[in-house]
Amino acid sequence: MPSKPQPRFLTAGDSALIVEFGDRVDPHLSALVLALAQKLEAAGLAGVVEAVPTFRSLMVHYDPLQTSHADLQRAIAPLLGGLQAARFAGRRWRIPACYDANLGLDLAEVARRTGLSPSQVVERHSQTRQLVYMMGFLPGLPYLGGLPEEFALPRRGNPRVKVPSGSVAIAMAMSVIYPQESPGGWHILARTPVPLWDMRRSPPALLAAGDEVTFEPQSLREYELMLAKATAAELCPDSDGEAPEPARGRQA
Amino acid sequence: MSQVRVVLPGLMTTLQDLGRPGYQRLGVPVSGALDPVSLRAANLLVGNGASVGALEIAYRGPTLSVETDSVRFALAGGRAPIEVLRPSGGASASPLGPFESSRLLRGEVLRIGALTESAVAYLAVEGGFDIAPVLGSQSTLTRAGIGGWQGRALKAGDVLPLRQAWVAAREELRLPPIDLAPPKRVRIVLGPQDDHFTPAGLHTLITGSYTISGASDRMGMRLEGPPLEHSRKGSDIVSDGIALGSIQVPGNGLPIILLADRQTTGGYAKIATVVSADIPKLGRLAPGARIGFEAVGIEAAEAAARQLASEIAAMAALIAPLRRPSVIDPKRLLVENLVSGVISAGEGGEA
Repeated sequence: MPSKPQPRFLTAGDSALIVEFGDRVDPHLSALVLALAQKLEAAGLAGVVEAVPTFRSLMVHYDPLQTSHADLQRAIAPLLGGLQAARFAGRRWRIPACYDANLGLDLAEVARRTGLSPSQVVERHSQTRQLVYMMGFLPGLPYLGGLPEEFALPRRGNPRVKVPSGSVAIAMAMSVIYPQESPGGWHILARTPVPLWDMRRSPPALLAAGDEVTFEPQSLREYELMLAKATAAELCPDSDGEAPEPARGRQA
Repeated sequence: MSQVRVVLPGLMTTLQDLGRPGYQRLGVPVSGALDPVSLRAANLLVGNGASVGALEIAYRGPTLSVETDSVRFALAGGRAPIEVLRPSGGASASPLGPFESSRLLRGEVLRIGALTESAVAYLAVEGGFDIAPVLGSQSTLTRAGIGGWQGRALKAGDVLPLRQAWVAAREELRLPPIDLAPPKRVRIVLGPQDDHFTPAGLHTLITGSYTISGASDRMGMRLEGPPLEHSRKGSDIVSDGIALGSIQVPGNGLPIILLADRQTTGGYAKIATVVSADIPKLGRLAPGARIGFEAVGIEAAEAAARQLASEIAAMAALIAPLRRPSVIDPKRLLVENLVSGVISAGEGGEA
């Protein structure tokens, strides 16, 4: 499908600019953002420090001593012509997650508020293919989108001071996974034993913008066994399907 | 082992360098010194490269004990009472002034008191600390527990390894102190979401006076003052990227300036961005300080960045020996190897 992006440049001081494709959470916009990020990296423009993809825009951080807002905008504009939203550029992951009430602290409340049974919540949340729109808030934390509308709950009125590491939580029809213990206001449905951030890996973040995720429900016992393996650094993440570890594999 | 022992940690002492760019797309904040100009000055005084990590001291300094043959320190940034306690029991009053280098010997204890004139100061050691960089940087991000010394602020009893076991005796150096005066008006460039504010809201930002709240930290500087009125577009946006100096305004209308440990993305409308040249000045401000804002164009912001860069480049030329001998003593010149010999007019020489 031909895309006709009408992106606009926004100012973010003298060390960053934004190329904005829209203001919605939308897989097509996200694909355009990621396509531009790729083209920008390949172009190797002078002065560009790094680019950060978000839901609907690309933030380009630059060194104002090596380039300027005007020069950079002139250099990026041609990259926008013929920008194709890649059909699927990322990796596919199946991430094990335990929805047991001991770990999915808000599962019952989410069931009540959505009018679904807890098992329906688990089914719909785990089976939906969710897209990693962006990473943010903490090292390795993914923002996943694509959940059905009934999961469009506002964040908790009373955020938790400590959300346990590995918690899978929802709000606004999106999911996040907390890579470490942190404050947080999203509704916790499950917990994964898979480390999302591990300095022994390169890059340390398991996920990246453009990846696709489904969750694989596991029992508390399976969760604990896998967590023990992860703690002993014996869990080898691999999205290629040839990994000996069944924790994650390429789907389809 | 060549090391420095932390006797008392100070209020919030962390290892920082010029930051950890390149990983924001994975959600990793950049971090780095709140006042990179003073960090550069400290490194310059001990002969380090600009990107070597130093201890960032906030409000009150640490007490450190030297557990190596010799080490050279320099403190730059806020002024503080500095004492060196000697093992013999003597205390020398302030042999290490701000913006000066000094060589300390094994067993000596360096005590840095409460900072004035700036909220931060940097204590650099010649050669740097022997602490492995994380993702290319020694900067500490306490929120995620990465970088620096065990990912956290210093505690009493910590032992920081040094890259150099000893440093050569040489004339110590000084720099003219940096102008630490608080900025009259912090310069900002409007955007990226200035359209989420009413004309009155934008006017309030430019004319209002704001006080830095005690709830500020390395991540963000919270301001108290007249709230900024959002337009009908409201305070929430679909999350986008955050720049150094982004001024985000949540629903209560009170601005938060995002600093070194800022999150990489955020969902509040950002009314403006502080120009990069004024970031070090903000980093020096303590809670209770008052600031105002002045909107400038992007070209003016870029000119200010070049101006600051040239001032930083000029610092190297301003380095001077700490104490010049009042009377020139030929013997001392010989000892210091400043002249290679004295040749009398009568000796040899082809005419």
